[in-house]
Amino acid sequence: MRIKFKLDGEYVEVDAKHTDTLLKILKDKLVVGSVHFGCGEGTCGACIVLVNGRPRYSCLTLAGYVDGKEVTTVAGLAHDGELSEIQKAFLENDAAQCGYCTPGMILTAKALLDRNPSPTDEEIFDALAGNLCRCTGYVPIINAIKSLSKKR
Amino acid sequence: MSGQFAAVGAPIKNVQLLGHVTGTTQYVDEISFPGMLWIKAVRSPVARGKIRKIDTSRAEKVPGVIKIITAKDVPNNIHVNMAGIGIGPPDEPVLPEDEVKYKGEAICLVVARDEETALKAAQLVEVEIEELPPVLDMEEALKPDAPVITKWGVNAFIYGSGMDGATKPGRPGRPFFLVRRGDVETAFKQADKVVKGSYVIPPIEHAPIEPHVCVAKPEPGGKLTIYTTTQAPYFVRDNVATILNIPASNIRVIAPAVGGGFGGKVDPEFEMQVAVAAMRVGRPVKWRWTREEEFTISTTRPAIKVEMEDALSKDGLILGRRARLLHDSGAYTRTSPYGVIKSTVNLSGPYHIPNVYYEGYCVYTNRQPSSAMRGYGVFEVSYAVELQMERDARTLGVDSWEFRFKNAYRNGQVTATGRPIDDAYLVEVMKEAASLAGVKLPPHLLQMSSWG
Repeated sequence: MRIKFKLDGEYVEVDAKHTDTLLKILKDKLVVGSVHFGCGEGTCGACIVLVNGRPRYSCLTLAGYVDGKEVTTVAGLAHDGELSEIQKAFLENDAAQCGYCTPGMILTAKALLDRNPSPTDEEIFDALAGNLCRCTGYVPIINAIKSLSKKR
Repeated sequence: MSGQFAAVGAPIKNVQLLGHVTGTTQYVDEISFPGMLWIKAVRSPVARGKIRKIDTSRAEKVPGVIKIITAKDVPNNIHVNMAGIGIGPPDEPVLPEDEVKYKGEAICLVVARDEETALKAAQLVEVEIEELPPVLDMEEALKPDAPVITKWGVNAFIYGSGMDGATKPGRPGRPFFLVRRGDVETAFKQADKVVKGSYVIPPIEHAPIEPHVCVAKPEPGGKLTIYTTTQAPYFVRDNVATILNIPASNIRVIAPAVGGGFGGKVDPEFEMQVAVAAMRVGRPVKWRWTREEEFTISTTRPAIKVEMEDALSKDGLILGRRARLLHDSGAYTRTSPYGVIKSTVNLSGPYHIPNVYYEGYCVYTNRQPSSAMRGYGVFEVSYAVELQMERDARTLGVDSWEFRFKNAYRNGQVTATGRPIDDAYLVEVMKEAASLAGVKLPPHLLQMSSWG
């Protein structure tokens, strides 16, 4: 089948099998380097992208689902070489070690802040519940998100 | 201090951070070449057995299957991880010739045009295995009537016979690593109390979010480039050179950013298999392990059992310690003989024990091979040592802070292996830890120091 969607602001059109996941299409066909395979079963969050602004595990999303929708990866957050606020906050707070979970973390954080600009600690923990960091650098990640909370 | 030096006392940024937050950091999984093929393994369903037949005829007929790789395709099948630094014995096949030794061991590899085709064909390979009784428990493995699963006739590594790479062949060996100091028999005769403890740690999986991924690409002139998620590119180069029987200078190992390793990517576990496949088919080949393979095939921290016995004086000193440590190496050697040495020499923990007798066994069982993980050999033993310290203190009726302060290493003492201590800080560290934890230590402990 032919699917057409907006990837980081640009229209793309690809051939996909009905059984292809969004992760497979992004990695193999569209060569998106920032979407990572971690578990393949919707547990770790390394493959998270935003579909119409909501975080989704791309390993569990069938490619056909995003037909006509907007998909955002971490590469779509910077504009004209200028990092987005959330990327800057991760950079300033040293909120990454090996970096494999980082794109998923940033996109989950962006979706949270877009719908709730001043999350409480509990709301941040809840939002990140589907993103694993095995380097266990959660505190700097939470600090990065808190630094953008409008209450501060 | 930070005014004086550029680096000392100054925070340093992770140089990879910008790549991480922009998603441009290069991991192996993003590396691809035109015509690249994929691998899937046919794995053993049993922990131990004789391979009677491998029938690949149905799998070979699947469109897109290029080749099925078996032991016959490997020029020099048997290797050991640390051969490059003189650790023996080579005991692990790239692919087993006639016997499987752990559940999930790769029997043969299907090379196909994509991952799905390789997986589909792998499920069509028919393997006939005659199941043999496995050895799954370390104590059972050491019993005289246990099934023998090593080539040298005992389910333990022999230290001192030349097998360890450190001693000359022909020297008498022991099935354990021995650390002995002082006169432990007299210490136990003089003891006011003797405290025994037994401690067990299960295997621990590193579980990095990035699984094992390797791409091997044949180059002109019999050369090979290997892109792999490794923490130890030189181990990969040496082992691949050994099993391909080609000079190490023909192999280039590229280790891009690693998405978490924690020691789980030190062992060359699958690079040899990918290398053989690439050389046999003459095209770039990729293998990415599934999460299930990460848990069931990749190395773990070893399971450990420690039995400890302390001779204590009523004024709260450890006069002597006996210990017997079992380390589960799994089916093959990997780095375990070295891990056992680290464990055994650390059985005193950071405490001064003048008389010791420690035996460390590197035990072979029909389980997935174990290897390094953060603080290899030391962490496992620290758990046993610290629980034993608590047990000692409670038996004596002494506060456990006081017991640790009294027995902590002081500068000028020597370790169990005779190394003079000149960098002891345990007393100072414990004072700081107590303060951070809100524990009020009595003045006589606060007056103690590592220098006297």
